[in-house]
Amino acid sequence: MQPFRKHTGVVVPLDKVNVDTDQIIPKQFLKRIERTGFGEFLFYDWRFSGDGQRVVDFVLHAPRYAKASILVAGKNFGCGSSREHAVWALADFGFRVVIASSFADIFANNSLKNGLLTVRLNEEQVADLTRRSKEIENYQLTVDLETLRVEDGQGFAATFAMDEFSRHCLLNGLDDISLTLQHEAKIEVYEAKHPVRAEMKSILAT
Amino acid sequence: MPPRTLFEKVWDSHVVAAPEGQSALLYIDLHLVHEVTSPQAFDGLRVSGRTVRQALRTVATVDHNIPTTPRGSPITDPIAAKQIEALQKNCREFGVPLFDMDSADQGIVHVIGPELGITLPGMTIVCGDSHTSTHGAFGSLAFGIGTSEVEHVLATQCLPQKKPKTMQIHVSGKLAEGVTAKDLALGIIGRIGTDGATGHVIEYAGDAVRALSMEGRMTLCNMSIEAGARAGLIAPDGTTFAYVSGRRFAPKGKDWEAAVAHWRTLASDPGAQFDRVIEIDAASLAPFVTWGTNPGMVVAVTARVPEVKSFTQEADRRAAEEALTYMGLDPGTPIEAIAVDRVFIGSCTNSRIEDLRAAARVAKGQHVSPKVRAMVVPGSQAVKHAAEQEGLHRIFLDAGFEWRESGCSMCLGMNPDILQPGERCASTSNRNFEGRQGRGGRTHLVSPMMAAAAAITGHFTDIRNWRFQ
Repeated sequence: MQPFRKHTGVVVPLDKVNVDTDQIIPKQFLKRIERTGFGEFLFYDWRFSGDGQRVVDFVLHAPRYAKASILVAGKNFGCGSSREHAVWALADFGFRVVIASSFADIFANNSLKNGLLTVRLNEEQVADLTRRSKEIENYQLTVDLETLRVEDGQGFAATFAMDEFSRHCLLNGLDDISLTLQHEAKIEVYEAKHPVRAEMKSILAT
Repeated sequence: MPPRTLFEKVWDSHVVAAPEGQSALLYIDLHLVHEVTSPQAFDGLRVSGRTVRQALRTVATVDHNIPTTPRGSPITDPIAAKQIEALQKNCREFGVPLFDMDSADQGIVHVIGPELGITLPGMTIVCGDSHTSTHGAFGSLAFGIGTSEVEHVLATQCLPQKKPKTMQIHVSGKLAEGVTAKDLALGIIGRIGTDGATGHVIEYAGDAVRALSMEGRMTLCNMSIEAGARAGLIAPDGTTFAYVSGRRFAPKGKDWEAAVAHWRTLASDPGAQFDRVIEIDAASLAPFVTWGTNPGMVVAVTARVPEVKSFTQEADRRAAEEALTYMGLDPGTPIEAIAVDRVFIGSCTNSRIEDLRAAARVAKGQHVSPKVRAMVVPGSQAVKHAAEQEGLHRIFLDAGFEWRESGCSMCLGMNPDILQPGERCASTSNRNFEGRQGRGGRTHLVSPMMAAAAAITGHFTDIRNWRFQ
């Protein structure tokens, strides 16, 4: 996994609440069996009309946000379907950070596994960042996971919280499957006490 | 030991390791797999040279992509066909049991787990699908995961998890005739919002919950994710044991007795504390219909489409305005005056035999409105077979409904069953998000009875006034 330590980038405001993963990546793009290449389908139904034309007034198409790598959105971002394709699409499009006042649980978990940082700020701070990124040309933020700080160098500064273990994994880009396998002996003990049920052993024969 | 909740008992008994400063490592009893969220996980195993640790705790089926036209007809979408082939190949390579397209046990993953007796009380169950919460109806801790976590469970049969908070939703009293588990779920989400239970595991309790059948409990737990919950569960009781008993992969003989004795101990202890408690009076609930683009945008069938100014928060007003524009609705319109073009009865929320019986009771002796196209998609081949044994398919076909093969179908429109732009659908599924059932499609979530009634009258109709034939 790509580690995350500190990132400075252009901020784009997606001024919406309850953005669900069906919007982030519509279902017609979930049939691919690869992990890559989802960026071009990000927010597809908002970015493109039914006949495939660019929706020019959608915020991600504004030239000033062309290089954006930090997305600011309303509460409950990433709700709905568990599709990790939503995170793959955001990351592949070039986003490193999403800032919102709350995130859906599965989306937040999926982000962690892919080096996409989800930053929770309060609603006033999110509103402030939304306003600044609309009003200030080339508005940039620095997000520092080591100090847990977000700042723009022009008056906005905030701290955010993250549990210590997730932060450690993100900072170091750790593969958490190998971390789990460090407990191999304990898993074996558990499995010895809880063997596969007799009935399930016949399942392959059905 | 202090009194514990059902969730805490299931959690505690599955902690393999609790390393200092890290998330607890939870053992996973059952991993359900389908074609859409697994190919990248199996690829990950291959890349890192890992295997599936416990193939017999892993069960796969195909449900999301497959057509609901008669089995044996070719899959016309080449990308969907490739994804299904990938699952077949992965299951062969890693020795994972697969209920394939042509299996008599194929069905929506959250329908077949319970009906085969694979889902049992007290288990930990995961699947790369948010509606895994369905299995909580049995008193198991069941939750949806992403593809990276699918790979993690395939490789280790464990998952590091932060312990969620607990919420009890206590539903007292009795649901009125015509008010179903689906309406209870929609009523709860309407009240607490689509993020009302984020970070929590819900335990549903109270007389109205106890009175639900297993099908009803599955519907209720299924929709937990639509309130943002990590999982939703219900303590197992006589209703649960009667459902599980005798199912193909359920414990038998002495094992059964021992299992039931254990399951009886799972209920929350008297005095166990929840982080939040919500009280609901069942008698206050009506049949519900969603009007907007998330399941929390919902009102009683007797109500009207809300005014935008009725929302106190600015962000919610804007969301309501956008939703009304997308849905093509004017504030103040009576819900019963909204005409529908399509009706979908199916999905992991409402495609079980009892759902089909309820819809058939409404459809019996009636005819689908000439302006409506209506389809019934059983949740599994077993449900389809049982319905046909009872003659339900005859009732539907005679009334002008389409009778399809099992799968997820128009719940998410990954297969050819989709809405056309602007089409309005009464749907028994779980999500009314923009474009969920097809780009530009307008979804209204309802119960199976309400969907069948809308198919016949051509508009939303209060099922409490229905004249059953």
